[in-house]
Amino acid sequence: MKTTLRPRRSPSRTETAFEAAVSAFLWAFRILLVLLVVVGSILTISSGKFSVETWVDLIVNGAVQGGIYALIALGYTMVYGIMKMINFAHGEIFMIGIFAGYFTAVFLDEAGFLNANPLTSIISFLLMMLIAATASTLVALAVERVAYRPLRNSPRLVLLISAIGASFFLQYTIAGLFGSGVYRYPTIDILEEDVALPLLSALGLKWIEVVVIVAALLMMALLYLFVMRSRIGTAIRAVSEDKQTAALMGIDVNRAIVTTFAVGAAMAGAAGVLYGTLWGIFFFYSGFIPGIKAFTAAVLGGIGNIPGAMVGGFVLGEAEAIGSLLIFDGLGVPAPGQLKDVIAFTILVMVLVFRPQGILGERLSRSRA
Amino acid sequence: MSAGPTTTTASGTLQRDLSAWKQVFIVGLLFGGAALYVTLVGIVGTLAERAVIDDVVTVGELVLLLSAIGAGYVGALRAPAGAVNKIIGSAIAGLMSGAVLSLLILIGPALDLGEYLPNASRDLYDLISGAEILGVKNTAEMWNGEAFPHTFWFPAVIGTSLGALGGLLSLLPRVARNLILLGVGTLTITGLFAGIMRSPMLQHELTSNAARELFASNGLRMPGVFLVLGVVLLVYLVWVLIEPKRRYDELPKETKEHPAVVIPAGAIALLFVLMLPLGFTGFIPSVIALVALYALMGLGLNITLGLAGLLDLGFVAFFAVGAYTVALLSGTSDVSIAALPFFVTIPIATLAAMGFGLLLGLPILGIRGDYLAIVTLGFGEIIAILARSDLLKPLIGGPAGITGIPKPLASIGIEVGAGSWLSGPNQIYYVSLISMAVIAFIAVRLRDSRLGRAWIAIREDEDVAEALGINLVQTKSLAYMLGAAFAGLGGAVFAMLFGSVQPSSININVSILIVVIIIIGGMGSIPGVVLGAIVVIGLPELFREIAPEYRFLLYGIALILVVRWRPEGLMPSRVGRQEMHAGDTPTEGEGPAPPDRPDAESASASSASGGA
Repeated sequence: MKTTLRPRRSPSRTETAFEAAVSAFLWAFRILLVLLVVVGSILTISSGKFSVETWVDLIVNGAVQGGIYALIALGYTMVYGIMKMINFAHGEIFMIGIFAGYFTAVFLDEAGFLNANPLTSIISFLLMMLIAATASTLVALAVERVAYRPLRNSPRLVLLISAIGASFFLQYTIAGLFGSGVYRYPTIDILEEDVALPLLSALGLKWIEVVVIVAALLMMALLYLFVMRSRIGTAIRAVSEDKQTAALMGIDVNRAIVTTFAVGAAMAGAAGVLYGTLWGIFFFYSGFIPGIKAFTAAVLGGIGNIPGAMVGGFVLGEAEAIGSLLIFDGLGVPAPGQLKDVIAFTILVMVLVFRPQGILGERLSRSRA
Repeated sequence: MSAGPTTTTASGTLQRDLSAWKQVFIVGLLFGGAALYVTLVGIVGTLAERAVIDDVVTVGELVLLLSAIGAGYVGALRAPAGAVNKIIGSAIAGLMSGAVLSLLILIGPALDLGEYLPNASRDLYDLISGAEILGVKNTAEMWNGEAFPHTFWFPAVIGTSLGALGGLLSLLPRVARNLILLGVGTLTITGLFAGIMRSPMLQHELTSNAARELFASNGLRMPGVFLVLGVVLLVYLVWVLIEPKRRYDELPKETKEHPAVVIPAGAIALLFVLMLPLGFTGFIPSVIALVALYALMGLGLNITLGLAGLLDLGFVAFFAVGAYTVALLSGTSDVSIAALPFFVTIPIATLAAMGFGLLLGLPILGIRGDYLAIVTLGFGEIIAILARSDLLKPLIGGPAGITGIPKPLASIGIEVGAGSWLSGPNQIYYVSLISMAVIAFIAVRLRDSRLGRAWIAIREDEDVAEALGINLVQTKSLAYMLGAAFAGLGGAVFAMLFGSVQPSSININVSILIVVIIIIGGMGSIPGVVLGAIVVIGLPELFREIAPEYRFLLYGIALILVVRWRPEGLMPSRVGRQEMHAGDTPTEGEGPAPPDRPDAESASASSASGGA
C-alpha cells in the first residue's frame, strides 16, 4: 500500500546529468535553509535582546493561533481524505463563522445579555459558537451541493477551479451584503480578564487565550471520537479508504461525504468565533489567508490524518509566532514581524518538497496520485 | 396549496401534475431568491445608476424585471401541459418571485435590516416598491417599522404580470422568441454603451446631431431605441431568410481557403487590429491596452495550464519579477540602477522571470497537481510580502514601490505629444500585440513539437508519460519556466503601462484573474484566451461604476458555471470541444465514483491543446 508521492525512479535507470543537478540544487537549498535557521536562532538568543517573558508570550500566542489553525485544518484534511480535493472555499466557510458569531454577539449585546453576568456571558459565547457553526455548516452544504457535487467525477483540477470560484463568490457576497469595511467584535468582559489560577498566573494569560486552546482541544477530541467511534464516522473512514468498496458494503457514500463537509464546516465556524473574540477585528477577506495557512497545517501534519491536523496546527502556530523573531532578528532583518507569513508559506513549500506525507504521515488510500 | 385548477381524472396524472405545480412554486422561489440576492448584495442599486433607456428603465430595474420574466419562462416549462396551465404556471412563478421582494419590503424596515445590510437602504425600498413610478411617498412611520409601505404589493403584482409575459414568451414560436430576446439584449448593450459612443460622436459636426438625438449621456433616447430595434429586425430577417452562415458553411473548402479570399480577409482583420485603439479617445485606449496586456499573460499561462496541465496560482510572483526588473533598469527613481531602453529591459525582465521560474520550479515540480496550485499560491504570497517588506526596501522601494518608469518610446528618447496616435496606452498596445504574436507563435510551434506532445502526455497521465520515457521534472520545468517568462513579460509591460510598480498590484487577484480568463475563454485555445481577456478585463473596465467587488463576485459565479456547464470555455479549441464532450458520462454524482483513476488530477481539466 505504501507508495511514494514523488515519481519513483526506477533502479535500472541511471541518473541523468539534469537529475543530478536538480538533486544537488535541492541539497544546497536544504543546507542553506538549515544554516539560516540555526545561525539566526543562535544570534538572536545570544544577543539577549529578548526576555524570557517575551518568549513565553510568543509561545502562548502561537498555541492560541495554532488551535484556531488546527480547527480549520480539520475541515481541509477530512474533505481531502474523502474527496481528494482541496476545498479552497473552506477559509470562507471559516469567515462566515466569524460573521455569524459577530451578529449573534451584537444581538445579545443589544439585548444586554452578553455582559450581564458571568453566566450569561458563558451562555452567550456558547450560543455564538453554536450559531456560527450552524451558519457555516449550512453554507458549506450549499456550496457542496451547487459547486462540488455535480463535478464529483470530474478531474480534480476542475473541482479545484470550481472551489476557487466558490471561494470568490462567498468572499464578495459577504463584501456586497455587509460592506467591505472592518468590523469589531463586542467584547465579552470576563474573557478579557487575566487568569488568576495558581499555576497559570505566572504566564500572564487572558481567559480568552485559555478558552481558545481548551475549546480547540475539546472540539478536536470530540471530532476524533466521532470519526473513530460513531457509525457515520466509520462510514466516512471507509469511504476515504475506498469509495467503491464502501458503496458495495452498503455505505451511503453521499451521506458520508455530506457529513464530512458538515462536520468540517462546523469546526471552522466555531473557530471563527474563537478568532473573532480573540482578535476583535475582521472583514470579508479575513478567511482567505488563515484558510491557506490551515491548509498548510493540514499538509504539515499529514493530510487525511486527523491527529496530524491538530499537531500541524499547533506546530505552524508556534513556528509563525516564534520563528520570525527567532530567525530573522538575529540576522539583522528590519521589522521581522512583517515576515511572519513568509515563514508559514515557506513551511508549506518545504513540507511539500521534502516530506509530502507530513509529520504524522498521510492517511490516504491508493487513489493518492 | 399547489392543487391548481387541473381537471384530471386519473390519480397518476394528478400526482404528476401536483409535482409539476410544486416545481413551479420552487422555480418561482428560486428566481425570487436570486432577485433578493442581487438586490441585497447591491448589484441592483449600483446598476440603477445606469440607464438602458433614458428616464424609462435602468439596468438595475431591468435585472429585476428579467428575473420575473425568467421565472415565468422556466415556470411555464415546468407547468403541466396545456396553454392555460402554462400561463397560470408562469404567472404563479412570477408571483412567487415578486412575492419574495414584497416580503423584503414588508419586514425589512421593521427589522431594521439596513443596519446590518448597507444595501437595504431607503433608495432600494423605493426602487423595488415602485415608489417613484406610483408617485407614492413612503412615510417616516414606515422607516420606524410602525407602518407598512403602502406599495409593498408592487413587486408581486409586477412579478405576476411579467411572469405571465414570460409564459407567453415560452409559447411563441422559436423564431419570434429569439427575435425578442435578441432585441432586448441588443437594446441593453447599446444602452450601456450609449455614453461611451456619444462623446466621440459629439466631437464631429457630422455626427453630433445624430448623437444628441439617439443617445442621452446615460442610456438611449427613444429614437435610438427604434433605430436599434429596426436594425435588429433587419439583421434578423437577413439571418433567417438568407442564412449567410449556412451558405458560407456550404462553400467548398477550396473557395474558403483560396488566396484571393484569405489574403484580403486577413489583411482587413490585421488592419482592424492595428487601427483598433486609434478610433477612440478618453480612457478607452487604456482599456484596450490593458486587455491586450492580460491577453498576453493569459497566453503565457495557457502554456503552463492549457498544455502541461499545471495550475499555477503564483503567476503574480513572476509578474512581480518582470515588473520590478523593468522598474529598476529603466526607472528614474532613487532605487533604479540604470536607464536602459525598453527593447533591452523587456527581454532582460523576461529572462529574469524565467530564471526565477527555474529556481522556484525545480523543487516543487515533483508535487502532485492540486498541491502545486497551493504551493505556487504560497510563492505568490511570499513575493508579495517581500515586495512590501522593510527588508528589501533599500533595493525595491518597500510599500511605496517604484515610480517614474518611462513609456517605451520615452525610454529611447522619443517624446510624443498627448494627442499623438503613439500616445502612452497605444504604445503599450502595440508592444503587447507584438509580444502576443511571439507567444502565440511559440505556443503553436511548441504544441506540435515533441516537447508539446510530452506536455500533453503529462497532462493526461503522469505515470504513463514517465513510463514512456518522458523526463517529468525536466519537461514540467520547461513548461513552468516558459509560463514564468511570459508572466515576467506581462509584468514588464504592466510596469510601463502604469509608469510605476507598487506592492499593492502584486496581488493574488492577478493570478486568479488570469486563470479566470483561460477557463472562461477555453483552455488551450489562443482565440479563446483573447476573448476571455476581452470579457473578463475589458467589459468590467468599461463600466467603471461597477465596483471591483461585484467583478470578483461575477468571476466567482462565472468559474462555477463554466466548469459545470461549459468546461471547454466560450471559444474552445477543436480538440478541447471533442475531449470535453466525448467523455460525457452521467454525472449525477449520486452513485459511486467510476473506476479509480489514480491519475485523475493529471488528466487535469483535460482541455486540449488545439489552437486557432
